[in-house]
Amino acid sequence: MVDLSLLLASGNREIDAADDLAALDQVRVKYLGKKGLLTEQLKGLGKMPPEERPAAGQEINFAKDALSDAIGARRHALEEAQLDASLLASRVDVTLPGRGQSPGALHPVTLAMKRIHLLFLQAGFEVVAGPEIEDDYHNFEALNIPAHHPARAMHDTFYFPDGLLLRTHTSPVQVRVMERSKPPFKIIAPGRVYRCDYDQTHSPMFHQVEGLLIDERSSLSDLKGLLHEFLTQFFDQDDLQIRFRPSYFPFTEPSAEVDIKLTSAHGVSNWLEVLGCGMVHPAVLENVGIDSEKYRGFAFGLGVERMAMLRYGVNDLRLFYENDLQFLRQFR
Amino acid sequence: MKISFNWLAEHLPQRVTSEVANERLTMGGLEVEGIEPAGPPLAGVKVARIAAAGRHPGADSLQVCRVEIAPGEFEQVVCGAPNARAGLTALYAAPGARLPDGRTIGRLAIRGVESAGMLCSAAELGLGDDESGLLELAPDAPVGCDASDYLGLPDLAFEINLTPNRGDCLSQTGLARDLAALTGQKASALRIAPVPASSDRSVPIALEAPDACPRYVGRVISGVAAGAPTPLWMKERLRRCGVRSISAIVDVTNYVMLELGQPMHAFDLTQIDGGIRVRHGAPGERLVLLDGQTIEFAEPALVIADHAKAVALAGVMGGEHSGVSTTTTDILLESAYFAPIPLASAARRFKLHTDASHRFERGVDTEGQIAAMERATALVLELCGGSAGPCVVAESAAHVPAPRTIEFRPGRVAPFLGVEVAETEMLDIFDRLHFAVERSGATWRVTPPSYRGDVTREVDLFEEIARVFGYDRIPVTLPVSPSAMNARRAGQTNAERAQALLVARGYFEAITYSFISPQLFAKFDGDLVPKALANPIAEDMAVMRGSLWPGLLEAARHNLNRQQRDVRLFELGMVFRQQSEGTLEQVNRLGGVAAGSAFPEQWGIGSRPLDFFDIKQDVQALVASLGVREVRFQPRAHSSLHPGQSATLTVAGKVVGQVGALHPRLAKALELESEFWLFEIDFDGFSNEPVAAYEPISRFPSVRRDLSIVVDQSVPAAAILDAVRKSAGPLLKDLQLFDVYQGQGIDSGKKSVALGLIFQAASSTLTDDEIDRAVGTVLEQLERDVGGVLRN
Repeated sequence: MVDLSLLLASGNREIDAADDLAALDQVRVKYLGKKGLLTEQLKGLGKMPPEERPAAGQEINFAKDALSDAIGARRHALEEAQLDASLLASRVDVTLPGRGQSPGALHPVTLAMKRIHLLFLQAGFEVVAGPEIEDDYHNFEALNIPAHHPARAMHDTFYFPDGLLLRTHTSPVQVRVMERSKPPFKIIAPGRVYRCDYDQTHSPMFHQVEGLLIDERSSLSDLKGLLHEFLTQFFDQDDLQIRFRPSYFPFTEPSAEVDIKLTSAHGVSNWLEVLGCGMVHPAVLENVGIDSEKYRGFAFGLGVERMAMLRYGVNDLRLFYENDLQFLRQFR
Repeated sequence: MKISFNWLAEHLPQRVTSEVANERLTMGGLEVEGIEPAGPPLAGVKVARIAAAGRHPGADSLQVCRVEIAPGEFEQVVCGAPNARAGLTALYAAPGARLPDGRTIGRLAIRGVESAGMLCSAAELGLGDDESGLLELAPDAPVGCDASDYLGLPDLAFEINLTPNRGDCLSQTGLARDLAALTGQKASALRIAPVPASSDRSVPIALEAPDACPRYVGRVISGVAAGAPTPLWMKERLRRCGVRSISAIVDVTNYVMLELGQPMHAFDLTQIDGGIRVRHGAPGERLVLLDGQTIEFAEPALVIADHAKAVALAGVMGGEHSGVSTTTTDILLESAYFAPIPLASAARRFKLHTDASHRFERGVDTEGQIAAMERATALVLELCGGSAGPCVVAESAAHVPAPRTIEFRPGRVAPFLGVEVAETEMLDIFDRLHFAVERSGATWRVTPPSYRGDVTREVDLFEEIARVFGYDRIPVTLPVSPSAMNARRAGQTNAERAQALLVARGYFEAITYSFISPQLFAKFDGDLVPKALANPIAEDMAVMRGSLWPGLLEAARHNLNRQQRDVRLFELGMVFRQQSEGTLEQVNRLGGVAAGSAFPEQWGIGSRPLDFFDIKQDVQALVASLGVREVRFQPRAHSSLHPGQSATLTVAGKVVGQVGALHPRLAKALELESEFWLFEIDFDGFSNEPVAAYEPISRFPSVRRDLSIVVDQSVPAAAILDAVRKSAGPLLKDLQLFDVYQGQGIDSGKKSVALGLIFQAASSTLTDDEIDRAVGTVLEQLERDVGGVLRN
């Protein structure tokens, strides 16, 4: 009988040397195949004296198992290496751009508008719309702005030959809402408005959001509080400085303009007017048949472009209507 | 309105700093828009007197003056001003002084004569635009006095942005009155002493339109020296308020207007025929105004007339022929109350806006006319001499706005403002504002002064309380309201979904003007009547759009002209359509434009131009996002689209939109070179938020059968798909059209359409037999409906 340990050693050497699965299989056949070296050893057991057979058999089987394990381990290693190599070969350049359509973007005025909507919807306001071509009654008369009132000079109005006009504010929507339903009211009315004025800081068309709250208990301090809340949320600035300044609108009394203090890139702080508001004038309520002794409330109006300019740092109003993709892409 | 701070401060019981004035005025509703120095720095400039003046030996146009620059101290100054003369008091810039134009004054020789310093004109000192000669001072001006001290400089000019309700603050005294109240003071009531008549000359005054002019005060002053100079102090005050000095009498009328807020007018009495009639202009009557333009009356407009003709457009502008000149000797002064509404209407009709009309439109003090007349009389006499006749007051008492007493419930203030204001503080506020208060229990009777025509209701008193109390002292609270939830309105949620979908598909949102040029309108909506503006801002913004396409195409053009390869834009907005005059419809539409490639330039997908089916898919996805399960595309659409590559969208038989290529003829007319794809849908038509309705999922396998059907080339795909759907029965779960083939193996004039039919039953595994039967029915239907045969 040959020396099993030598056989085992040479087997292990050859297994280690096999560098692919075919070579490894040859080693397997050579040692463990039907006519393999270890198989031959087993066959040779019969020629041994019976008392030696069990021990020798055990030894041979032990060697067989050892080689078989070594081959298995080697096969596993070779298979893993082969998979790794093939994965490496199918590598892609992950830095190449992705394929297909690229998204567009919403207009910054819409972005600001959505933000305004969201905040007021959370506070329980309903969004309502109205026509852009209005009549004099809803745009002016019902809002306590009679013909030849000097306040009309604050609105450079576009007229049509039949006396209709392009609404100069979204306030007529509050009149229409109050005409068709009963208080309490808690609404915002967004939309396009028009003024006959065109220069660097004025556009003949822009967007406003009008708000109206009518109930039996609201007060000027509530108006102040609501707008404080809105402005700090809109600008994401808890310490935003806000100032309420008396002003005049024929449809509110008392009226206020609201300024916020912003610091420019050069470190200069300035008060900037962002919206107008006030307690709804009793005459406006009376015009739509609401008891002004029982009900009261407030209204506010804000310019959406103004809010968008402040939020996004846009410095020229006209950019909003040029629709230049180089501008619009910045709001993706 | 521009005001001089020093002048303002004179009317305050206690002077405040300009910072306090700025802050209190702004926070009191009288917004200070700007503050700037009212005069130049005049260091080194003094009052001086020309003691003697003699000819310059070397130049005829120059004089050599001996100038007393301080009592008993003299300098020699060469001067070229024509009015330089011995005895004249003028302003002298000493050597070392810097003039506002940057020049530094020195000692120099002018044509060989020593000259120390310079005698100055108003223009040289930045005190006006008069450069014709030296600025002449009053003879008693103190020699040696610093010019700044003499002129009351430094002073600040405040630019106040007054709201239209505060006509009472359109004067120095009015603004001072309010500033006093806002700084815890109370301005004393104005006291203007009457000027007794020293002659009996007067003209009769008739009020023929007393509702438009209930009070007219006239006064004759005869023997005036209208050419007398306006004194420097008055010129300076006018200048600091932005008013140009014209002549002594005109300056007086302007000065009184600035001081008291009452506009005044002066007529040359010799031009007044008989007396004054305050009446409406007669139809066809003409008047030449001071600014040279001729106006003609049609609708009622108030004029001041004499017994022969109109001499002024009342409260707006005087007539050219009746104005005073420097040779006028007898004048008629006017101080009237004109009702705001008729006056505003007349001013607007003639497109006139003057300092006077601005004040009358906003309402002047209903009781201020006589005081202003007395003040103006005194000033005319002081400046121009003459003798004043009696003050003639024509009045229709019934038409003069009466003092209004307002019932005020102090208990309503706290709930209304959200802050407790003590009764004593309210009383104090009313007192400082000169509002008279009668207290009787829970209701007070408050009477505002005659100049506060804006205060008419209780709520106006709440406003006054809040304003003087201080908006900044009102706390911040949140409104308390029921927690009712609002309906999600379809218009809004639809907009959100549609916008998000188009953005995901590569579109950018545009906002274009709602008005376009009439030519563009006609090209797209020639069958409609445009809604045209009466006063457009520009010819190309003159009519309301009938479609979103013109604006979107212009925006696309803008971008293509700026090297953008691909453009995809959409807009959601109103269009304005009328089939005939008076049938206006304002509806929301969602429109889009696309030009360029199907995909952005990239390495992984070959470049190909957009085609109909790219846009169709966008539109299908869009409509699906609005909850529409089935939309049909019918060939041919709007006349502005390509006749062979456009479709009309219908939902349940109703037209909801259009899609297709811009008609090449129209593209040419618009000078657009690229191919443009357009779509537009009626947005208001989609009113319901889509709600998914679940159908049970089958647990049994589905079976697919592919069919290639040969039909005439002209058969639309929709007809084939319709035939399949209507015949396949309930087992058909899905249907794909996955190929269209023409060419080898297919007869010319025919096409082969490949269909994938997916069958599935709810409660069993389908047998071949069942499927064969369904396919057989489909094939029969195809043959019947579209002449389709199975391809071999």
